[in-house]
Amino acid sequence: MAYVSNSASVSSVMLKVLFALLPATAIYQLYFGPAILVSIVLASVTAIGAEAAMLRLRKLPIKPFLLDGSALVTAWLLALSMPPLAPWWLIVIATLFAIVVAKHLYGGLGNNLFNPAMVGYAVMLISFPAHMTQWPVVDTLAHAHLSLSGTLRFIFGGELPAGMKLDALTLATPLDTLRTQLLLGRPASEITPMPVFGYVGGKGAELIALAYLAGGVYLLQQRIITWHIPVAFLATLALLAFGFHAYDAARYAAPWFHLATGGALLGAFFIATDPVTGATTPKGKLIFGAAIGALIYLIRTWGGYPDGVAFAVLILNMCVPLIDAYTQPRVFGHVKDQDKP
Amino acid sequence: MRKLFDFHGGVHPAQHKAESATLPIATAPLPTRLIVPMHQHIGNRAKPIVSVGERVLKGQMIGQADGYISCAVHAPTSGTVSAIEMATVPHPSGLPDLCIRIEPDGEEQWVERTPLDYTTMNPSELRNRLRDLGLAGMGGAVFPSHAKLNPGRRANVPTLILNGAECEPWITCDDLLMRERADQIVAGGKIMQHMLGASEVLIGIEDNKPEAIQAMRAACAGTDFEVIVAPTKYPSGGAKQLTKILTGKEPPAGGRSTEIGVQVFNVATVYTLARAVLHGEPVISRVITVTGNVERPHNFEALIGTPVRELVALAGTPRADTQGYIMGGPMMGFNLPSDQAPLIKATNCLIATSPKLFPAPPPALPCIRCTLCAQACPVDLQPQELYWFSRAKEFGKAQEYDLFDCIECGCCDYVCPSNIPLVQYYRFAKSEIWAREREKDKADVARDRHEFRDYRIEREKKERADKLAAKTQGPKTPAPGQPAADSKQAAIQAAIDRAKLKRAGVEPKNVADLPPEKLQEIREIEARRAQLKQAMEKPSDTL
Amino acid sequence: MLTALLAMAGLTLFLGLVLGFAAIKFKVEESPLVQKIDAILPQTQCGQCGFPGCKPYATAIAAGEADINQCPPGGEEGIQRLSELLGVEPKPLNAEHGVTKPKSVAVIDENICIGCTLCIQACPVDAILGAAKHMHTVIEAECTGCELCIPPCPVDCISMKPLQEDITTWKWKYPMYAIKHF
Repeated sequence: MAYVSNSASVSSVMLKVLFALLPATAIYQLYFGPAILVSIVLASVTAIGAEAAMLRLRKLPIKPFLLDGSALVTAWLLALSMPPLAPWWLIVIATLFAIVVAKHLYGGLGNNLFNPAMVGYAVMLISFPAHMTQWPVVDTLAHAHLSLSGTLRFIFGGELPAGMKLDALTLATPLDTLRTQLLLGRPASEITPMPVFGYVGGKGAELIALAYLAGGVYLLQQRIITWHIPVAFLATLALLAFGFHAYDAARYAAPWFHLATGGALLGAFFIATDPVTGATTPKGKLIFGAAIGALIYLIRTWGGYPDGVAFAVLILNMCVPLIDAYTQPRVFGHVKDQDKP
Repeated sequence: MRKLFDFHGGVHPAQHKAESATLPIATAPLPTRLIVPMHQHIGNRAKPIVSVGERVLKGQMIGQADGYISCAVHAPTSGTVSAIEMATVPHPSGLPDLCIRIEPDGEEQWVERTPLDYTTMNPSELRNRLRDLGLAGMGGAVFPSHAKLNPGRRANVPTLILNGAECEPWITCDDLLMRERADQIVAGGKIMQHMLGASEVLIGIEDNKPEAIQAMRAACAGTDFEVIVAPTKYPSGGAKQLTKILTGKEPPAGGRSTEIGVQVFNVATVYTLARAVLHGEPVISRVITVTGNVERPHNFEALIGTPVRELVALAGTPRADTQGYIMGGPMMGFNLPSDQAPLIKATNCLIATSPKLFPAPPPALPCIRCTLCAQACPVDLQPQELYWFSRAKEFGKAQEYDLFDCIECGCCDYVCPSNIPLVQYYRFAKSEIWAREREKDKADVARDRHEFRDYRIEREKKERADKLAAKTQGPKTPAPGQPAADSKQAAIQAAIDRAKLKRAGVEPKNVADLPPEKLQEIREIEARRAQLKQAMEKPSDTL
Repeated sequence: MLTALLAMAGLTLFLGLVLGFAAIKFKVEESPLVQKIDAILPQTQCGQCGFPGCKPYATAIAAGEADINQCPPGGEEGIQRLSELLGVEPKPLNAEHGVTKPKSVAVIDENICIGCTLCIQACPVDAILGAAKHMHTVIEAECTGCELCIPPCPVDCISMKPLQEDITTWKWKYPMYAIKHF
């Protein structure tokens, strides 16, 4: 038993994750208005309250577990995944579901099978599909702007300033637009010049994606995550997109578009890399990441939802014990791992 | 430049080597008393061969090796055996073990020492002599060296590695030994090379010991020995890890490194071997680092059996905030149960601990499966899975995930952000599995013995019946009408005859030449027995 | 309709054949149940279960004539393992058969022993040495601690000595946590 330690702690790990999310959050707020900040605060407060209540009910010490920061990370990731202009109760219920059901009913920190943030998101997506599309439009395209007080009034009271319509504030996401337009039979080359698209992804959103990438690189550098899951995830997604794009560019979007839109980068660096619910062996991480990337492409292209990060992650969460059991690395001094399960 | 290999994982803890490495090795003065444990090595405990009150000479064998995997123990100085008793030994359990206590007479009178002519000696005899000189691995594992110097079925072991990596923080005894006594180490290496028939001798030293590297290089001049500098990374000093670094080969799991033609010895073992073979000196002292919360961290050459309290006092008056002493390094060592425990062959380092130097770890949190431990594990295990199984006492699963390949190096403990005492869980699981194995072996023996007993009873019954049948079918045929009664009678008669015969056979033969007082005692016991017999036969309800 | 029925029947037949073939081809030779149960029992041969030894008790369990909770030396862990083997619910040890005691060995007080050989006859594993009218002694390594030698002794010279832990049998303890886990 070692008497020394490198003084890493769960809270330092979680704090670094939050830190890595900061640039993306800042850009989000800059381009899409203050609603995201309201979401994050709402989710964080709910998460901490729910966490404390659950710890109390389970007769666990509150302070060390609250300080570990895992509830805050869940809240932030959830807030960043949800449409920020949705009514307040949507994010609150999602957070409650994530913390109470997905985390604590499964045994709390370290024991949950499913990624709590994604459980919260998926449950809301299935239960309140209409509210889950209230995505704000990027500032440069908006016909109207909401101030912080206006945003608060809208989120908590559902009231918009006189004469303003919700349509002026929200717009279908690029992935959604692409999907509907493709269904209408328009070729991709006609769809992508539409105003909601940017250089490679969604206007504004592609900058957020870039910030996620920067945050992910920071996490890699800090050794909070390993390269396996993000690389396998993004490579598979890009490879599939490239293959189909090359086959028929009119019907299948370009690989860079797939990488830069939706939850691809957030998912690759922050969600699929959740240690508790992800695969743990190096080979297992590669399989886990690749399978998520492939599922996302399948769901986006042929599934019933515009994006598929949450479902892909949740489905792969289920497979983690199996993946881990079959990908145990060769132990030092073992010739072949024929004695593995 | 030789190509070096890397092993998976490893960590870089703060080294703290400068503290104790600045001063030369000092010879510790004779302590007031010596407590020499009989079980200082892996294998069977040595058997005491002296008696209380006996005068012993320095270097005299006081404990004899018991079996092949065992080695002898010697008197560290001349003096009188004052006790053979169970005393505190340096063991994490804190349980006492058999020790011989010697009161030194201060004369340091040596037993006759004869150097061994290893080049002409029969190899098997040479190994037996090494066992009788008490040679065991001085790096901390204390495996009897003679067993490792047996090439076995192979004609030779081509690669001999001298391990001077000394990767644990705080410890500097091998560093100092290499700096000051490089010639002796090289001499010992030559003996080992001869014994193993090795064609190459590699000396692995971490790059944080430039003086030792220089000294060893100078001593190796003119030999075919090669000093190889390895990058500093814990645990490169693990025998298997060093083998990988220097040769690229991995010793087979659960097997010996000789199977891949490699044998590894710690430089301190090589040094003691040289002393033993070239000077006839048994293992009665060793170099030990005394460091941590002491005034003058220092390396001492001290006698085996020196109480820890007396040894650490040599490094300055103990400080008030010293909580205890770690034996070994901070990664793999353990807290000594008491400072009364003696120095043994395995003690390479004593670290005085204080809350400031070694703060208590914060409370443990649940495992978040971050796999930092798996990334640090030098044997490529999945510590998070082993922890899960060990905690749930699923020992079968833990074994399936190669628990027994764990070298307990502590890298996982070191990196765990949840501060889980992982190695403690593995040790717990391992010792539970061993205990079960012992119990199972014992149950198997009991089953066999019980089955044999049943068989024996059955056989005796059958023999009796056969005998009886032979008798009854003799010349006298039973009278018709009452054959049953007759055979019964015959059986009883046969039993009486047998009993008589038996009694005659077992008449005590050991009373023939006893002194009269013993005979008197026996008569008294017989009388008591007769009384008891009477008492038993007397029906009584007061019993 | 007829085709459907025929198809189903054909499919059933085919799958049945496959299963039957697999059952023969991939049959795993298993050691008989009695032996598996016997392997779990502690082999003290103490008879506290009501049977004259571990093997008879194992036979009785296999035949469904005895319950799995009649072995005090095996303790809770033994019951647990039996329940896993047999696929039944574990239950607490039946107190009628005694309680689990720490592992012990019999010790004969050699000053009192009269050499009657009764204990030798009682010992199920022949772990007592001695001859008539000679002092007896227990081979500690082979004693199972069954206590069967105690009742026959006419002079009560046998006692049970709990096995002491020494540094070779000492076990690392389960780590204690500062925080409760569950």
